[in-house]
Amino acid sequence: MGTLVQTLASSPSTLSTYAVGLATHEGEAHAASGVTAYAWLLVALPLLGAAVLLLGGRRTDKFGPLLATCLSWGAFVVGAIVFVAMLGRGAGDRAVGINLFDWVAAGSFKVSAGLLVDQLSMVFVLLITFVGSLIHVYSLGYMEHDPDRRRFFAYLNLFVAAMLLLVLANSYLLLYVGWEGVGLASYLLIGFWNYNPAYATAANKAFVANRVGDFGLSVAIMVMFFHFGAVDFQTVLGAAGSNANQGFMTAIGLMLLLGACGKSAQFPLQSWLGDAMAGPTPVSALIHAATMVTAGVYLVVRSSAIFEAAPTAQLVVVIVGGITLLFGAIVGCAKDDIKKALAASTMSQIGYMMLAAGLGPVGYAFAIFHLLTHGFFKAGMFLGAGSVMHGMNDQVDMRRFGGLSGAMKITWATFALGWLAILGVPPFSGFWSKDKIIEAAFIGEGWRPWVFGLTALIGAGITAFYMSRLFFMTFHGKKRWTDDVHPHESPKLMTVPMIVLAAGSAFLGLIIGPTGLFTSWLEPITGAEPEGAHPVIPVPVLMALTLLLVAGGIALAWLRYWRDEVPATAPAGSLLTQAARRDLYQDQVNEAILMRPGIHLTRSLVFADSKGVDGAAGGLAALVGGTSSRLRKLQNGFARSYALTMLAGVVAILGALWVMS
Amino acid sequence: MTAVAPLALPTLPAAFQQSNVDYLAILPLLIVFGTALVGVLVEAFAARERRHAIQVTLAVVGLLAAAASISVAAKHQGLTMGLTDGSSNRQLFALAIDGPALFMQGTILLMGVLGVLTMAERFGGIGPDAFTPSGASTPGSATETAAARAGALTSEVFPLTMFAIFGMMLFPTTNDLIGMFVALEVLSLPLYILSGLARRRRLLSQEASLKYFLLGAFSSAFFLFGTALLYGYAGSVYFGDLSKAIAAGPLAMNGLLLPGAFLVFVGLLFKVGAVPFHAWTPDVYQGAPTPVTGFMAACTKAAAFGAILRLAYVGLDTGRWEWTNALVLVALLTMVVGAVLSVTQTDMKRLLAYSSIAHAGFILVGVLAFDRKAVGAVLFYLVAYGFSTIAAFAIVSLVRQNGAEATHLSQWAGLGKRYPVVAGAFAFLMLAFAGIPLTSGFVSKFGVFSAAVGTGGATGTVLAVVGVVCSAITVFVYARVIVLMFFSDAPDDAVEVVTPSVSTTFSIAIGTLVTLALGVLPSALLDLADRASQFVR
Repeated sequence: MGTLVQTLASSPSTLSTYAVGLATHEGEAHAASGVTAYAWLLVALPLLGAAVLLLGGRRTDKFGPLLATCLSWGAFVVGAIVFVAMLGRGAGDRAVGINLFDWVAAGSFKVSAGLLVDQLSMVFVLLITFVGSLIHVYSLGYMEHDPDRRRFFAYLNLFVAAMLLLVLANSYLLLYVGWEGVGLASYLLIGFWNYNPAYATAANKAFVANRVGDFGLSVAIMVMFFHFGAVDFQTVLGAAGSNANQGFMTAIGLMLLLGACGKSAQFPLQSWLGDAMAGPTPVSALIHAATMVTAGVYLVVRSSAIFEAAPTAQLVVVIVGGITLLFGAIVGCAKDDIKKALAASTMSQIGYMMLAAGLGPVGYAFAIFHLLTHGFFKAGMFLGAGSVMHGMNDQVDMRRFGGLSGAMKITWATFALGWLAILGVPPFSGFWSKDKIIEAAFIGEGWRPWVFGLTALIGAGITAFYMSRLFFMTFHGKKRWTDDVHPHESPKLMTVPMIVLAAGSAFLGLIIGPTGLFTSWLEPITGAEPEGAHPVIPVPVLMALTLLLVAGGIALAWLRYWRDEVPATAPAGSLLTQAARRDLYQDQVNEAILMRPGIHLTRSLVFADSKGVDGAAGGLAALVGGTSSRLRKLQNGFARSYALTMLAGVVAILGALWVMS
Repeated sequence: MTAVAPLALPTLPAAFQQSNVDYLAILPLLIVFGTALVGVLVEAFAARERRHAIQVTLAVVGLLAAAASISVAAKHQGLTMGLTDGSSNRQLFALAIDGPALFMQGTILLMGVLGVLTMAERFGGIGPDAFTPSGASTPGSATETAAARAGALTSEVFPLTMFAIFGMMLFPTTNDLIGMFVALEVLSLPLYILSGLARRRRLLSQEASLKYFLLGAFSSAFFLFGTALLYGYAGSVYFGDLSKAIAAGPLAMNGLLLPGAFLVFVGLLFKVGAVPFHAWTPDVYQGAPTPVTGFMAACTKAAAFGAILRLAYVGLDTGRWEWTNALVLVALLTMVVGAVLSVTQTDMKRLLAYSSIAHAGFILVGVLAFDRKAVGAVLFYLVAYGFSTIAAFAIVSLVRQNGAEATHLSQWAGLGKRYPVVAGAFAFLMLAFAGIPLTSGFVSKFGVFSAAVGTGGATGTVLAVVGVVCSAITVFVYARVIVLMFFSDAPDDAVEVVTPSVSTTFSIAIGTLVTLALGVLPSALLDLADRASQFVR
């Protein structure tokens, strides 16, 4: 490929043939016609909202939030129309490419900014616009008294636009634009209440972890460009399937995985998600539960051709998913902050998706299916948590909740549906997706199905325990309220979205799961499920085992958090509990490995710590900062020293040249 | 009549047989030089109160006219100002009017317009606000006003700037080492003076000027010594001869060639602020009047990289494999030192200085890819970086406390809450420096790094990876500034953003818009840069 690029660069005539070649190649994704040609509105509408609200300033304070909500619904309507149009075509004709403009055209390097509307991106479009719009509505109620709510809605719209761009992009380069965009929106929203320094720190931590991930993604794109001479899905994924060098594929796969780990809070880059809960709760629901954090899963599934050409990278994906799913589940058992417990659960559930995505064709469809159902029930539960906080003076400590089921009936009922769904109790949504992942994890030969399958199985049991713990501590048992709270149900603007999401948590899985609608819809993208692949344990046994574990988890939680009195302050707890409370010492590990070595060097810093690179988040930055302040001493202001530096540099480099030649 | 084709050496048109100056080809250069000379006359003869207006108009019109005349020069590409030696068929031409040269000239001219417009800022005073009319008086004091009234104006900065621009345009156009040295000095001398003219923090400015001068002289000495060695090797200072001599030259003479090539590069690398020849950069950037800093950062860097490209791709082309090691080393050092040191900066101008060092490293990565495409990427990078930089420094010059520029970072806290538009523009420029998509910075970084990975071989890949890591480090720095402006509370003695005149507003707006436009729709310029990437030999 490298030579191809060079011949292209030297001869313009080959260039045109290359373009023609590309054009025929694109025959697979049909040119857009009819309503699908307007799919760009999906991105444009919310982007317009963000622009109007940000540029309009205070003038848009009055109607801004409403406008943003309408534009978000507008995007959903466009998505729905495009979806219906897509249903009207045969399975083979559903993928449609839309060329927007020639973004970069420099010699042989051409990237056209375009959208790829296919089955996979459509699932995301519907999830993002629907859940996103519901959360817009919810925020109208939740943020009603915030003086800066116009800015909040602007960021929310910006996020929706960037996220849609991410899933609709037809090249890795444009995906990267969306990728950075959602990162920016997430950063702005986590730090939205930035008058609280801890929140600003949390935003920084998220930023650092995401930068590490973004670094991986950008290196992957460069290696791709080097190896394939292109960065669009069509060329890259097409070539990855046929004539790929395995070393390159492994490198690209691992770098993509690094990107996915940063964005999706997977081990070892997971530490930011818990702190990201500092943002307003609707943000946690939309960005840090339903959509943005699942972008990593999207990336892995979209790049399935690359991962299939690189078994090592694929195995690493499964291992990362497995570790994270247990990690999140264990951490979730000990958290008393309702949002942080939900965040740990999100991490764990994305671990499930990642694990499924690494299993190959047996897992892709279920990874996306679980992502979809999870988007509904987790967003619903986050909104429920927000509703609880709304009624409890913004408290988050579950040890001060209890017995709320009477005071907040709708919140309780919607939360209960989400809870049953995440537990995987039939017939609620989670059962149809998570159980399938557990089954898929048991498929294979040798040690793998046993290790991965048991991991997923045990994870289900722990999930049942910590989610029941959360549910019981909040809504049942004795009231442990502080004196000044008067819990009350939230306004309709907030409860209606919760009800809609709860309906999804209850029935969505049942409608599209057992009927095979979802898997057959995705089949052109993910490939057919291989014939004759059976779990090493028979399916009914597996199902019974899972349900048994889940029942055990619920029972244990019932004993300890409903029947028994829950102390209002956390007891010391066992060693494991203490470790889990502190995120299994993730911050400490980061600190010891990355931060300590640098920190004593940073003492001389005049400025850096408090404002920017700080604390556990900026461990590496502290190291850089330390080196920086040492180097800085060389810059002493004397012209003679500068001249000496130059001379020394010249002599040293000449010496090096001498040695090298 | 000229020819662009590089391989047309044996069958040259007859017009080249004797001394030949194609005046239309060098029209842009002539216009700028002429405008500068007229500017000197204006200083001597125009009435004091009208001088400022006349000088600014003259400079801007001259620059725009020169920029327009590039389209004329583009039709007269080729070697000029010299002759073809009839007996040996050697080409002895001082100037090469080709794609890269004209592209750089146009870039410098347009960025020069923005530079001049920011320098012209008066904030309602008598002379340009950034420059001192009398070196010994306190800013804003009665003595200063008296000095200004008595005629000690600073409108001479405009002809000085024009001379500097003339030198900068000449720099990437020269086709021999001596001419290059002359251009180097022509562009440097006015800059030494301009750096020392700051109205406030005057000692810092004068110190900066002196340091710049001393170290500049030091680096010129390296350049000349390198030239002498290369002359010893090739028997000529013309790039064409040099290239041929290297192709045919014996290996035993490497002792002259390698140090010679590197020492000449030292002189050029000094101008772009590459490590270890960067030590002057932060001090001078901080000390010089801010509009001059912006002008220097954008235009000098563009000119010097133009010269580096010509030397690397035309003069030393054939023998490149040995001396590139030195440049690889310099590029690595420049990226790492620039990125790492920018982390601890507490002064906005020094921060931008280290950022410019890091950017110089990134551009060097593109230069070292040795491919036509890389030339286009480097040219694009220079335009993108230049426009962002001028706008950034122009904004720095607006943030003030008690009339003086507030350059300490802590003074910028909370700026975004009180001046959202200005802080927003600055934040956007920071994102561009960081290389976030949809800004010109992303496209330019992607261009040079992918060129390095694509054609630079293993070395190129290493350079690109180091480059990506370093730009990740610098993202901290820029993000910190953004966080500081938008997420921190303003101190009690908060700074203010003074309202600029139309001219400064214009430069800031254009700089920011170009940064945005090149990020969203870079194709046109990428195409132009790509078409302009062929050197004439």
